[in-house]
Amino acid sequence: MSDSTGPASGPPRGTGPLLKREARLAWGLLFPTLAIVSAVVVLPLLAIFWISFKPIGLADLRPPTPVVRESLRGSGDDLRLQYRVRNSSQSEPITGVTLSDSLPESLTVLTADPRCTFDGADFTCDLGDLDGGGRDEVEIFVALQGDEDAAEEAAEGSDPRMTGRSNNILTNFDFTLENFDRIFSGDEFWGVLGVTLFYTVFGTLGALIFGLFAAMLLNKEFRGQGILRGLYLFPYVAPVIAVAFAWIILFDPFSGSANALLIQMGVTSSSINFFGERPLALIMVTVFEIWRYFPLSFLFILARMQSIDTDMYEAADMDGASPFQKFWYLSLPQLLGILSVLFLLRFIWTFNKFDDIFLLTGGNAGTRTLTVNVYEQAFAISNIGAGAAVAVVVFCCLVLFSVFFFRYVSQEEGL
Amino acid sequence: MRALRFGYVTGPVLGALWLFVLATTLAVLMSFATGDPFRPAGLWSLLWGAALGLGLVALRPGKGIASLAAAVVFVLLAVIGIGPVASGETASTLWKLVGSGALGLATGWSLHVILGHLPGMGALTRHEFEEAVIRFLTGFGYIFFTAIVAIPFYVMVMTSLKNQSELIQNPLDFTIDLSQGWGLFRSYVELFADFNFGSYLWTSFYVSVLTVLLTLAFSIPGAYAVARLRFRGRAAFSRSILLIYMVPMIVLALPIYIAFSMTGLRNTIFGIVLIYPVTTIPVALYMLQGYFRGLPAEVEEAGLMDGLSRLAVIWKITLPLSLPALASVSLYVFMIAWNEFLLAFMLLDDPSKFTLTRGIASLNSSEIPRQHLMAGAVVATVPIMALFLGLERFMTKGLTAGSVKG
Repeated sequence: MSDSTGPASGPPRGTGPLLKREARLAWGLLFPTLAIVSAVVVLPLLAIFWISFKPIGLADLRPPTPVVRESLRGSGDDLRLQYRVRNSSQSEPITGVTLSDSLPESLTVLTADPRCTFDGADFTCDLGDLDGGGRDEVEIFVALQGDEDAAEEAAEGSDPRMTGRSNNILTNFDFTLENFDRIFSGDEFWGVLGVTLFYTVFGTLGALIFGLFAAMLLNKEFRGQGILRGLYLFPYVAPVIAVAFAWIILFDPFSGSANALLIQMGVTSSSINFFGERPLALIMVTVFEIWRYFPLSFLFILARMQSIDTDMYEAADMDGASPFQKFWYLSLPQLLGILSVLFLLRFIWTFNKFDDIFLLTGGNAGTRTLTVNVYEQAFAISNIGAGAAVAVVVFCCLVLFSVFFFRYVSQEEGL
Repeated sequence: MRALRFGYVTGPVLGALWLFVLATTLAVLMSFATGDPFRPAGLWSLLWGAALGLGLVALRPGKGIASLAAAVVFVLLAVIGIGPVASGETASTLWKLVGSGALGLATGWSLHVILGHLPGMGALTRHEFEEAVIRFLTGFGYIFFTAIVAIPFYVMVMTSLKNQSELIQNPLDFTIDLSQGWGLFRSYVELFADFNFGSYLWTSFYVSVLTVLLTLAFSIPGAYAVARLRFRGRAAFSRSILLIYMVPMIVLALPIYIAFSMTGLRNTIFGIVLIYPVTTIPVALYMLQGYFRGLPAEVEEAGLMDGLSRLAVIWKITLPLSLPALASVSLYVFMIAWNEFLLAFMLLDDPSKFTLTRGIASLNSSEIPRQHLMAGAVVATVPIMALFLGLERFMTKGLTAGSVKG
């Protein structure tokens, strides 16, 4: 499109105006996506790095603010407007606290707190600093004209405005390595990492092997093939919360059908707590992962199988190859590409998986993976900083995997 | 392996294993269907299976004769009490006999399929032997996969139709009392009447539809630019899409939670609609650009030559040509939004704004009977399944077009 210059002068070099226009259009089309993705992905990522170096808990998310209660008290000469001010935080001070409000028409000022200055009916009081958990009180004596109830309603109806500066831990420059220290010290971290690796490796391999098996079953034309293919995709398509609870109920130690079935068949004599015992729970969540994601591998492998040239198999038949030989020497090498791509991608996503384990065991009974640990630290222990530190670790692993992925795989299958 | 390749070995071994598989299947099936105690009799089933396999290889009967003979023998064995399926005291005799007969027919017929091509008792070629093993594995595979997929869903539906005390009494009894009529569905009625599920269903629906629309609005131009236009940084952009697509949601969920708490977007549908499309845009972009690349560029160039602008080309030529891809991307995005749990769980606390998945999570408490939980699961599963089965062709294509995420 760019060679629009005159004859015999050869093709133009460099970026021509048309090419520039095309690039401008491209960036124009990409801009909305870029903007929204960076707002919701890149900014949070930066934020998580920032937070991981901060000593911050769940309670610190609300910055300390001055809170005020207004009431009209007393009667006659003693009639006064009372403002009770307190600091919402028990530990952090607020500086430069001011209170401003306006008096209703029915009230006139007699004497006021010396810290207040009046401008007609409006006034502002400069209360200075408020310590953590500190309280303060402002009283303004007023004279009443008219009905007291109406005046009270009018006075309390206008909300007083408070201002004040506080040290917000999210935005200040206090940094600490305590979060990382905490998550790396102790055996817990290595246990969590081991669980994560077990879950990821076996979940991924299992899903691939079962997917391969299912794909081989369906790689032939027969009646009902479409129905079976649809059925075998169910675990992947159904909402995770629905199937996770179905599994919990199926494997319930007291009233689960699986236990009843095993007892009836004579496999076990007492019921098994599938999601509550130590090594078993991890195996069960891995099995769940395999169950839920074998459909995905099976879809991809089936698509690849159906695109393999059948001539090859006919030639092998002529040469007298047996079915297993055909699978081992012909099909498997053809599938190796998609299998390795699937392995790496599934490996990454299984590593990142959160909902499944969270719903099945909540990370108990030795099933706490790194992602579940993010949630545990941040919300169960209310230590946002430590949660963010774990999230940073997860992200670093991800970067490592994706470097590997782009180096070895992406050129192979164009994924 | 070589020692196995004789008709008198292959036949009995495969026969024994196959009957054991079928007997287990039948026992589970009958337990679930009738609530009576059935179990496979391990040794007997192996023994009778071996005998049947040997008979098939030695006598080489026709399919019909083999099936009938097996059925008659199994019924007789069941009467004596040494059949391949054993049953407890309480099991009804009728079911026992009907089950044994069905098992005989099925075994005779399927074992004939597995072993029928073997030439006889003597040595087998490698081809014949492997063919028999593969047929056995295929049969086993169909039973195995169908069972593992169907059982959890069967339990889900049946649990929602029963009540807690019935279930605790006999967890295997999934028979439903049809005489109750509409009373069967009382947990569904209660869900919609008392637990506000109608509103959750509606919220989930419109949040998902909005997510689909927003995702398409952002990803179509982006995908087109990446697929068709030349600009510096295209390859890097293409990769960063994939990279973003790999970032775990839980890593993002924490700062999003903080930001939403501070800006008051937590607990609002607006916040949810804001965040869902961002999780799906990379997927959609990735799928669509693959499809756009596959479209012939000549058609678009012809449009450009005829004086259409790029945007008009996209609107009048590219989009109509990629309707199937748009359908599958929409379906896939709808599925992700409908099934999304983590963000809804973290960001929504107000029961009036729950999505369906969040609503189900709130049913998971010891005070609420479990048939309600399962009814909720069914309510969430059925629409997406119906949509999926109706449009399966698109879905399968869309899934393989570049989405490996779960």
